[in-house]
Amino acid sequence: MTLVLPDPEVLCAELVRQLRPDVTADTALVGIHTGGAWLAELLHAALGIALPLGLLDISFYRDDFDKTGLHPQIKPTRIPFEVGGRHIILVDDVLYTGRTVRGAMNELFDYGRPASISLAVLIDRGGRELPVAARYIGTRLEVPSGHMLVLDRDEKGKLRLKFDA
Amino acid sequence: MRNPQLNSKGELQHLLTIEGLPRETLTHILDTATSFIGVTAREVKKVPLLRGKSVFNLFFENSTRTRTTFEIAAKRLSADVINLNIAVSSHTKGETLLDTVDNLSAMHADMFVVRHAESGAPHLIASHVASHLHVVNAGDGRHAHPTQGLLDLYTIRHYKKDFTRLSVAIVGDVLHSRVARSLIHALTVMGTPDIRVIGPMTLIPAGAEKLGVKVFYDLEQGLRDVDVEVMLRLQSERMRGALLPSAQEFFKYYGLTPEKLALAKPDAIVMHPGPLNRGVEIDSAVADGAHAVILSQVTFGIAVRMAVMSILAGN
Repeated sequence: MTLVLPDPEVLCAELVRQLRPDVTADTALVGIHTGGAWLAELLHAALGIALPLGLLDISFYRDDFDKTGLHPQIKPTRIPFEVGGRHIILVDDVLYTGRTVRGAMNELFDYGRPASISLAVLIDRGGRELPVAARYIGTRLEVPSGHMLVLDRDEKGKLRLKFDA
Repeated sequence: MRNPQLNSKGELQHLLTIEGLPRETLTHILDTATSFIGVTAREVKKVPLLRGKSVFNLFFENSTRTRTTFEIAAKRLSADVINLNIAVSSHTKGETLLDTVDNLSAMHADMFVVRHAESGAPHLIASHVASHLHVVNAGDGRHAHPTQGLLDLYTIRHYKKDFTRLSVAIVGDVLHSRVARSLIHALTVMGTPDIRVIGPMTLIPAGAEKLGVKVFYDLEQGLRDVDVEVMLRLQSERMRGALLPSAQEFFKYYGLTPEKLALAKPDAIVMHPGPLNRGVEIDSAVADGAHAVILSQVTFGIAVRMAVMSILAGN
């Protein structure tokens, strides 16, 4: 695969620029494990959001549980604020089929009824299988199907995009 | 011979006993249980993992607590739960165990949670049912009670973190206790260096040392410097013949009182699988005291059973 992948830090700065005008006292960020959680940490700090950062692991809400079983490593879901009435921005690394976002929305509603949910992603790679759209997008990228594009973080905390087997 | 709990891919298809399961499998179940703990603290105490699945609780032997915790666990996973108290139904009309199971399979069951007074009954069912079905042993005779062993393990890990430096004492009616057997296997797999069983000679199974445990017939000797005390219920209903002079005498020698508890480490925890016999195996001052984690065991038990059911259903 000879596709040149963009620098996540540049895309992250772009997201900060898009998000900043929409942040209010009722804005809460929720990152989807694992890549989305790393990204949400950065955005949360850069935007100076008052409400604590939320994290979701959607393993219990996946629609392919019957096919693939339970994910071997489940990270904790932590929503340390009242969901009801809040404007929630879901954060994920790569938007593809939209199935992860559907699972994340289902899980959020089990914590309460948010005022709104919008979606921020580093990369929109197309290929949607559900009616899901991101409001904040780092960049759009054509990726051939069959390739898994993910965010990776090294020991020093530096993010990079890579293809997963 | 292939482990009868595993499917052709080597994944856990049934949970019949802890014996023979690798440490990674136990750790995976405990870690998964941790992620279910949070579910019960939310507004909607349910996740949709087992939506549309039918879990049949087959209780050929009476139990309220275990059946209820399995039922809650299955419901929090969004499964449909059907409780069958077979001790008072078709069994008494002469139907065989496997005929009962065939009938329930024809009702499109996905999982059987089985309790039976005969050791090996869940294993018999597991080897009989179609390959998409899952069987969880909820206690069979004196053999095993794997989810209790796992929730005990979860509780010990929660309070003590590292198994490889622990002294654990299992006290009382070890002879009749499937809980003790499952816990001994579980602790051994996790690398616990010092496992003790304490009880009167008549209630310790012959050859207990072969399980790798130290046997004590004196409670005060056995409790010295332990980190964890697991008190077992005196199972009078299983006793045949004169194993004990009286419950009062048992309490005098083997009941856990504050004075005896003081022989253990200062931060020792006291566990009990329930139901408690106050004044028989445990003094009320201990059962209600600061060292007791008996009610946490109940809470953790639901998360552990959710983990077991969701891992099986996904395999």
